[in-house]
Amino acid sequence: MKAFLERTNRFLDQGLDVGPRLLMLAAAALLVLTYFVPLWNLTMFAPQYPNGLRLDIYSYTLAGGNGGQDIVEINVLNHYIGMRDLVNENFTEFQWMPFAIGAIALLVVRAVVHGTVASLLDVLVIFGYFGAFSLWSFGYKLYRYGHDLAPTAAVKVDPFMPPLFGYQKIANFEVYSYPQSGTYLMVGVVALLGAAFLWAWWSGRAARAGEGAS
Amino acid sequence: MSPRRRPFVWASVIALVTIAVLGSYCAPSAPERRQAGAGATSDIAQAALATYVPPGDLDQYYMFASGGHSGNVYVYGIPSMRHISTIPVFAPYPATGYGFDDESKAMLGEFTWGDVHHPSLSETNGEYDGRWLFVNEMNGRLARIDLRDFKTKQILGPIPNLHGNHASAFVTPNTEYSMMASRFSRPVPQRPVSVDRYATDYKGIVAGVKIDPKTGEMSLAWQILMPPFDYDLGDAGKLASDGWMFFSSYNTERATGKLEITASQRDRDYIAAVDWRAAEKAIEAGQFTVIDGVRVIDPAKVPGIVYLLPCGKSPHGVDVSPDGKYIVGSGKLQGVTTVFNWEKVQTAIRNKDFSGDEDGIPVLTYENIKDAEVPVGLGPLHTQFGTDGFAYTSLFVDSAIAKWKLGTWEVVDKVPMSYSIGHLAAAEGDTVSPDGNYLVGLNKLSHGRHLSVGPSQPESSQLVDITEEKMKLLYDAFTEPEPHYAQIIKADKIKAIEVYPREENKHPLAVWDVNEAGVTRNGKKVTVKMVAVRSTLTPASFEVNAGDEVTVAVTNIEQTTDELHGFGLLDYNINIVVDPGETKTVTFTARKSGVFAYYCTNFCSALHQEMQGYMVVR
Repeated sequence: MKAFLERTNRFLDQGLDVGPRLLMLAAAALLVLTYFVPLWNLTMFAPQYPNGLRLDIYSYTLAGGNGGQDIVEINVLNHYIGMRDLVNENFTEFQWMPFAIGAIALLVVRAVVHGTVASLLDVLVIFGYFGAFSLWSFGYKLYRYGHDLAPTAAVKVDPFMPPLFGYQKIANFEVYSYPQSGTYLMVGVVALLGAAFLWAWWSGRAARAGEGAS
Repeated sequence: MSPRRRPFVWASVIALVTIAVLGSYCAPSAPERRQAGAGATSDIAQAALATYVPPGDLDQYYMFASGGHSGNVYVYGIPSMRHISTIPVFAPYPATGYGFDDESKAMLGEFTWGDVHHPSLSETNGEYDGRWLFVNEMNGRLARIDLRDFKTKQILGPIPNLHGNHASAFVTPNTEYSMMASRFSRPVPQRPVSVDRYATDYKGIVAGVKIDPKTGEMSLAWQILMPPFDYDLGDAGKLASDGWMFFSSYNTERATGKLEITASQRDRDYIAAVDWRAAEKAIEAGQFTVIDGVRVIDPAKVPGIVYLLPCGKSPHGVDVSPDGKYIVGSGKLQGVTTVFNWEKVQTAIRNKDFSGDEDGIPVLTYENIKDAEVPVGLGPLHTQFGTDGFAYTSLFVDSAIAKWKLGTWEVVDKVPMSYSIGHLAAAEGDTVSPDGNYLVGLNKLSHGRHLSVGPSQPESSQLVDITEEKMKLLYDAFTEPEPHYAQIIKADKIKAIEVYPREENKHPLAVWDVNEAGVTRNGKKVTVKMVAVRSTLTPASFEVNAGDEVTVAVTNIEQTTDELHGFGLLDYNINIVVDPGETKTVTFTARKSGVFAYYCTNFCSALHQEMQGYMVVR
């Protein structure tokens, strides 16, 4: 047991080579890029909307397709069933997400400078937590939107969970909800950080094997 | 790079590529329906054959479509969906000179528009008889079109008390009446009362307009005072339910303001069943008060005339089955259409099986009168009927037509409509013996299924084949604004003339001989008797004095099909068109002096351009 802890400590204190550090820098760059592309997309088709109504979710804003008109249209339709308007003010995520992403990017850069496995592991864990929490947060928001329906609505529908991932038929709409490039970039961030970590572990093992041989 | 580092780089690259590929694969591009592709080629060929009417051949049916706020009625041929003719009713129409000659101008009165909604063909024993077409208009008016010459012959109204004549112009099975009911309640008699007192001081009105069985002349017979609901649509009972009239209603909340919310709170509104024969008897028995010159029955004081059938939710269309045994109410804010059993309704009335009342009008117990809530789909609006007990309900929200069976209440098929269907019309689909064959969806949106014509997009009407178990979309047509209801009548039921026979022309200013044409003066009144015949307008000139009241009576003495002549007088805003054998007059004050040309505006012959003359105003 003691040997395992010592081994772990040694590994965590281990310095990072240039390779892993470059991967981490690339991860930080990807994080910055997520700001410019949507994280998620909801697209709704109905017979009356053959081209679909599109709603892109960025880390800092909602953006409707068709020059923003689609979100207006979605809100007009939702008001018949008493759903609250989809507006940025209802999403606190848009305030803390860009901040968190920026902070994590800085932490990644910090880990590059510090150059230890421990600092790399920190940002990996923080980023994982951030990703999971963001997903839950958006999911819960969708749940509330589908459940807090005005009792005075003209059309009464049963409370429902809008799809977080995949396809769902809601009234006359076929709704598709899928991650967009922003989310894929974030997965890329995890992949790059993970690769850097594995790289460090691999070269550490080789070094440790070298020590054992001497 | 050392070989042992390579796996990590490759792993990251592969991970990123996989993610990107997965991402693009999952992103939706089109709904499943569209991804499935258009119909097979053979279907298209069949549809083409089914709708193709070769040049010179005639269609099987006429469709009379309301023109909404254009004020017109449009005539289409089915199955070609060709627009054949426009019948101007409530708005001037220079193309036929309607609203310019003295007679049609007097009919229009102060109005230059009307909002036509529900054409209603005259019936005998519940079958279209091809004599007249009645159409309603929101400003409290009804019009009669004579199908012998496709011309508007009478406009009745605006009638007193009734405001917003939407639930109209439904005729009873032997054209005893054309019915009206108010969409907008207001104080009766009309007077300024604050909207705050809507629930108690505003009233709805149902009106029976008597039709003369020989001439078709309409006259307001009686009215019934109703609770302040919005009466929306109607249908006359037939066979089993003959003698009754059914009107759907919404805003039974008696709300004002933001009605889309306030008038949508109740789970059930009402269909009002009106015993119009009982109303006739009440009038004969003197059980009425005269309000604004109209005999008005108060159903709270005269029981047995009106009953309310609870119907979910904000019902739009109410349609009676061909045998008259079922009344179908389509609640637009729900996913089912409600079917009432007429026998059960009668039993409930006999047994006084009431669950309450509205201003003294009994409300029947819902559970004991309804036969089914048919799960047709979202936003049901209207129902038409085919053969073999099939019913067709339009679904606005689902943008589709549902086909279902009376009795089993089974929904057997759906066909998508492009887009957002409102009314629908089946061939003779609201008579006692529907034809089946064709069904036309009258859609509110066309969303660019046509060459772009800018933001003001046409409505679309789609022809559907209903001869087989599965409905088949045959054809898209683009219709003038705005089709509400339409009716489709077998072509051979209409016997239209093609010229006005000379012997029928009893117009006092008619002249049939060019030698009788000329100018007569009586003080400041000048009458010009003019003859129009290929290719001269006689007299070819006339003189009047400034300030004279001039009447030009143009007789088209042709007796040949399609030889129409126009009389357009420049700078005087006058253009009338005179059909063969017809005499029309136009009266105006010669305010402007000088010389003004008149000419034949409706192309007639090789020397059409020579058909002209001058009015000299001294």
